[in-house]
Amino acid sequence: MSEFLQQLVNGITWGSVYALIALGYTMVYGILRLINFAHGDVYMLGAFFGLFAARWLGAARNPGPVQAVEVLALAMAGCGVVGYIIERFAYKPVRRSSRLAALITAIGVSLLLENGGILLFGADPKFFPQVITPRNIALGGGVTISNQQIIILVVSLGLMLGLRFIVLYTRVGKAMRAVSHNHTAAALMGISVDRIISFTFVLGSVLAAAAGVLVALQNPKIEPLMGIMPGLKAFVAAVLGGIGNVPGAVLGGLVMGVAEVMVVGYLSPTYRDAIAFVLLIVILLVRPAGILGKAAAEKV
Amino acid sequence: MKQVAGLVAVLGLLVVADLALRRVLSPYQLQVVVLCGINVVLAVSLNLINGFTGQFSIGHAGFMALGAYGSAMFSLNLGARWVTKLQGLGLPEPIAAAPALLMALLVGGLLAALAGYLVGLPSLRLRGDYLAIVTLGFGEIIRVLILNIDVIGGARGLPGIPGWANVFWVGAGVAAVVALSRNLAHSSHGRALFAIRDDEVAAEALGVDTTSYKVLAFVIGAFFAGVAGGLFAHFLSYLNPNSFTFIKSIEVIAMVVLGGMGSISGSVLAAIVLTLLPELLRPVKEYRMVIYSLMLIVLMITRPQGLLGTRELSLAWLRRRRPAREAA
Repeated sequence: MSEFLQQLVNGITWGSVYALIALGYTMVYGILRLINFAHGDVYMLGAFFGLFAARWLGAARNPGPVQAVEVLALAMAGCGVVGYIIERFAYKPVRRSSRLAALITAIGVSLLLENGGILLFGADPKFFPQVITPRNIALGGGVTISNQQIIILVVSLGLMLGLRFIVLYTRVGKAMRAVSHNHTAAALMGISVDRIISFTFVLGSVLAAAAGVLVALQNPKIEPLMGIMPGLKAFVAAVLGGIGNVPGAVLGGLVMGVAEVMVVGYLSPTYRDAIAFVLLIVILLVRPAGILGKAAAEKV
Repeated sequence: MKQVAGLVAVLGLLVVADLALRRVLSPYQLQVVVLCGINVVLAVSLNLINGFTGQFSIGHAGFMALGAYGSAMFSLNLGARWVTKLQGLGLPEPIAAAPALLMALLVGGLLAALAGYLVGLPSLRLRGDYLAIVTLGFGEIIRVLILNIDVIGGARGLPGIPGWANVFWVGAGVAAVVALSRNLAHSSHGRALFAIRDDEVAAEALGVDTTSYKVLAFVIGAFFAGVAGGLFAHFLSYLNPNSFTFIKSIEVIAMVVLGGMGSISGSVLAAIVLTLLPELLRPVKEYRMVIYSLMLIVLMITRPQGLLGTRELSLAWLRRRRPAREAA
């Protein structure tokens, strides 16, 4: 039982990282109907920006919560800028073309970030400095949680609540929801659709950057291709929860994280990459629009 | 009669091409030519699913992997014995290998087609991006399964596959998939596929059995992806699950979209361009993939409908263009 609870704790921690990445996918999809394949690579950039920020601040020499927050904030800001640039120069020009052209552009951006990363940072893994000294805390019943895991959980929860606040209770959030319903109608109501789309990309990229830094805290080995698999699985998590649906992305991420950790713990680590997709296929066969998604009737 | 003559002509041409290219080209160039051919088969077969029927599949590498491993296992366990028996009768190796390779490609193709049927079935319920993500998942599941099956080498890969495939066989594969696509496009079945792509609801209202046509597109597309996989296996003589990642599927999609969705000649052209491009960029090796990805983005921004759009490159089209230009 204690082993199961331990796996559950690890799974939820890992799942909240997926959830953070999945939120970016689901928001962009909700607004543009675009699978932003480059999102996983923005997560990778987040980890690297965090690394550079940590070096610049000298956070490895005097680790502490203040440094950690600064590293996180700088990485998030950096990725926000990257997200804006990607949207402005790659996606905006193809927005009026077919969705497939946009998708191939997204794939191109993804390849560009990966290979640009290899060129600039080198293909060999880099080690993320220990900004927080790791410590294990016993929760009782043989279950332990590391302070890094607590940070991951707290920061992701905080960011998710922040996002929820933005989407539900601010003017810009209202505009985002309007744009996701209908671009034309939103434009007619005086919403600057372009600005809302840019804002959505920035928001998603900021969350992905946070996920990148949080993961790097726990697994300090970072490399330019680290974003591919988590990106793919986070997208699957978004679909699992019902793509375009913000709570769905969080739920999907958590389900995915727990399922993955359980498979590694009880079955075999080699099946780790398959479980996400098996889960996806099973759920989509039962609920084609995802767990929380609403089935849209096709209007003729 | 005319068709038989055409078939003989194509096969004859391929034999000549095979013998000539083997003399003229270096082994590296020959390999690039063969890889171009294999990618053409992949792109044209994916075009049947994505371009003709408008179903978005991003798991083509999975079908290819099934075909590759299926045909390789056939050749290793059965085909090799056939060939030694035929060689015992005094036949030279290229001819003795022909029935075994043909059978191996069929086995690989059918295995992939069966998988295509199974993947096509959920398209009963799923549309658009949901179907896309299921095909993606399918491709990844296949790869992870291969990684975990020890009989076929697992993560070590599968070595020692007889290297029977050559320019002739790859050319025959290309000819088969192009001819089939062309005939399909001009048949009533092809029209049904186009109708589904353009408007599924309208197609259904007009009495097109959308479900079975969608599954049909998946089955044919997967079959040829399997054949391409078989050719790949029998050309390189070695298989590794890492050749069939999600990236490979993406490459094939890029070919289809870049060529112009639904255009057969576009897929052929784009497959050749996108295979040659990284090879031509080898001199600037560290910038190679960066340039490749930048070009992909720029091409999509400047020509979002693909190189050829939905048009087909043909002699008649070229002839029609010329007077138009002179008039202008």
